[in-house]
Amino acid sequence: MKKFLSFLYVIIVLAFVYVPILILVFYSFSSGKTTGNFEVFSFKWYSKLGEIKDVVLNTVVLAVVSSAIATILGTLGAIGIFYSKGKFGKTVNGISQIPVVNSEVVTACALVMLFMALGFAHRSMFGVYVGHVILTTPFVVLSVMPKLKQMDGSLYEAALDLGATPTQALFKVILPEILPGILSGFMLAITLSLDDYIITATLSPLSFDTISTAVYKSIALTTEKASEKIPIYRALTTIIFLLTVLVVILNASVKKRNRKGEVK
Amino acid sequence: MVDKTQDKIIELVNINRTFEDGVVAVDNFNFYVRRGEFVTFLGPSGCGKTTTLRMIAGFDKPTSGQILLNGKDISNLPPNQRPINTVFQRYALFPHLNVYENIAFGLKLKKYKVTYQDEKGKQFTKIEKLSKKEISAKVEKVLKMVDLEGFEKRGVATLSGGQQQRVAIARALVNEPEILLLDEPLGALDLKMRKDMQLELKEMHKKLGITFIYVTHDQEEALTMSDTILVMKDGIIQQIGTPTDIYNEPKNSFVANFIGESNIFSGTMVGEKKARFIGSTFDCVDDFPKNEKVDIVVRPEDVVLLDEDKGQVKGKIISSIFKGVHYEMVMKVGKTEVVIQSTVERKVGESVSINIAPDNIHVMAKEFSSNKYDGYITKKNTVCFGDGEFECDVTKLYPGSILDEEGYLITAEGEKIDLTDVDVDVEVGLKDIEISDDADLGGAIGNIVSIIYKGDHYQLIVRTDENEEDFVLDTEDTWNENDRVSVIIPKEKIKISLKQEIKR
Repeated sequence: MKKFLSFLYVIIVLAFVYVPILILVFYSFSSGKTTGNFEVFSFKWYSKLGEIKDVVLNTVVLAVVSSAIATILGTLGAIGIFYSKGKFGKTVNGISQIPVVNSEVVTACALVMLFMALGFAHRSMFGVYVGHVILTTPFVVLSVMPKLKQMDGSLYEAALDLGATPTQALFKVILPEILPGILSGFMLAITLSLDDYIITATLSPLSFDTISTAVYKSIALTTEKASEKIPIYRALTTIIFLLTVLVVILNASVKKRNRKGEVK
Repeated sequence: MVDKTQDKIIELVNINRTFEDGVVAVDNFNFYVRRGEFVTFLGPSGCGKTTTLRMIAGFDKPTSGQILLNGKDISNLPPNQRPINTVFQRYALFPHLNVYENIAFGLKLKKYKVTYQDEKGKQFTKIEKLSKKEISAKVEKVLKMVDLEGFEKRGVATLSGGQQQRVAIARALVNEPEILLLDEPLGALDLKMRKDMQLELKEMHKKLGITFIYVTHDQEEALTMSDTILVMKDGIIQQIGTPTDIYNEPKNSFVANFIGESNIFSGTMVGEKKARFIGSTFDCVDDFPKNEKVDIVVRPEDVVLLDEDKGQVKGKIISSIFKGVHYEMVMKVGKTEVVIQSTVERKVGESVSINIAPDNIHVMAKEFSSNKYDGYITKKNTVCFGDGEFECDVTKLYPGSILDEEGYLITAEGEKIDLTDVDVDVEVGLKDIEISDDADLGGAIGNIVSIIYKGDHYQLIVRTDENEEDFVLDTEDTWNENDRVSVIIPKEKIKISLKQEIKR
């Protein structure tokens, strides 16, 4: 009985998490505009995905470019923090982690005020990129740092000892060594940037929409024209969900294979 | 150009290294290494040996002083421009590269100036890198030397400790450095492997003719391998010499105690080349002023054990342990213990006697005869020194003076003096200091950092945390290193004297 209850509990929790998504997936195949009654099975909304092509493209380009910048900044930052000694290093390390727990709203508002104080327009493409880089850089630092700590401290010195300049040592020894951390930092940054609503909504030009701001707008503006696109997002969400599942499965199988490789 | 007649390959001149937190790691080093020599820096951890090595490699810069390589100052040259390679303590092999790539790492970066002649006979130089073929030939050669042929494609993580060690050595040697630095390279290997590698390294040194500078805390390793040993302690060079010199003629009791087993006795010079210790007068070969207090070192294997009536000093065997080749016995003479190594066993309780040949008695100047500190008098008429506060008799500062009820000092002439914050010199004898486990009992608290057995007592050094003040004391009690103790000094044993007359 006890076993059954605990099993039931797990099922309920999973249901809470997955049922809304599954409903969405289900209705993405309905030809009707509204959820609640499934009209006819059709790929109608999938065929209309082209209408929101720009929004998807905006989101992906913003995510990839800002994450790439954040990865470079974050990696160099982590290396800098790691090799700075004493109180200074500790302090910088502490400060660099505050944005991780800091609320996004604060970052967004602060940036608006900064841009205004500097005399820039408060909504601009530049602003939204800066915002995303600021949002994601600390997470890159956070995922690179442990790799640096695991690394044998004398590797850098060994490279210098063998005749490498500090730059060569960085590229030939340190970066290859912490590459897994850099890659996972980059992936983390992309995920965060893809998801972001607050910073994009606050800082982007009104004509610029990512998936999250576009979905919000089409729900909030109840005009006929805006709500027309809502069902297309069902199709998009389904695709994103399936992609995510695929990535998770791939990731798990790669890890499994790696573990087998180690045992050998 | 390198002056061929000049023998010194590297020379350290007045080298000091003080860390940011004020710790002096290396204190005024002056020494040189001859071309082709095998030099070992020997000392306990924290003695500055690794810091010195890092300064030679270029990872650390001296606070002051010069490092001369072939007579040229290289103190500020970055490590990648020094013709010096290092074998790191934990190998520091690059995990993402295989054995071949690890060894070829330095070769791939190397640039040579090559001089050509064109058709018109004009000379021009080109900077060239080694070709793949040259690199692979060099790697093969060095792999053969360290017995790792066929390991080229292996990942370094799949190698055993000993194999990784060999790769590390090969990676350094393939660059044909002028000096090879080895930072406790055998520390991570098991005993058998370590012994084999010691001999192999020694062999390599002989074959290659490269100067080796080796860092270790293992005295046996140092004695086995080195041409010259440099013994260090607390950032100060204690002695430089050949293994034989250092073993037979240690300069002080630290060296004697650190290198091999030894009996260290407190003694007094009683005449020309005559020393008195363990209750008898011995002829010796070292000359010290008469009546000077000295430390005397006798190696256990140099004590000749005889029947009761045949030797100079009589005693009783109180312990005997079989050590394989010999027996290690302890003979008690009065309160003093003498450690003896002999192939003939004497039973515990047996009365015996010993002789010591004059050239086996090594006399050294006594390191500490008393503790001296700078101190000051507090409001309460106590004295602060050595990171602590102690009761003392301030009336000793002025002969015939007394204290009034308010704590002012009244001199013999009737003058009233406020002693608060007056600077004084403090002197405390080695036998006048007691230590206790109870932190509240004493005036200062510290850790025992050194214990040297001196035949009938131990000489301890207690070091305080705050300013690293040392209390040197003699005790008959047994303590352990790193014990945390408080320092007790009886009021009447603290000798204080004014640094200068107080303005009245």
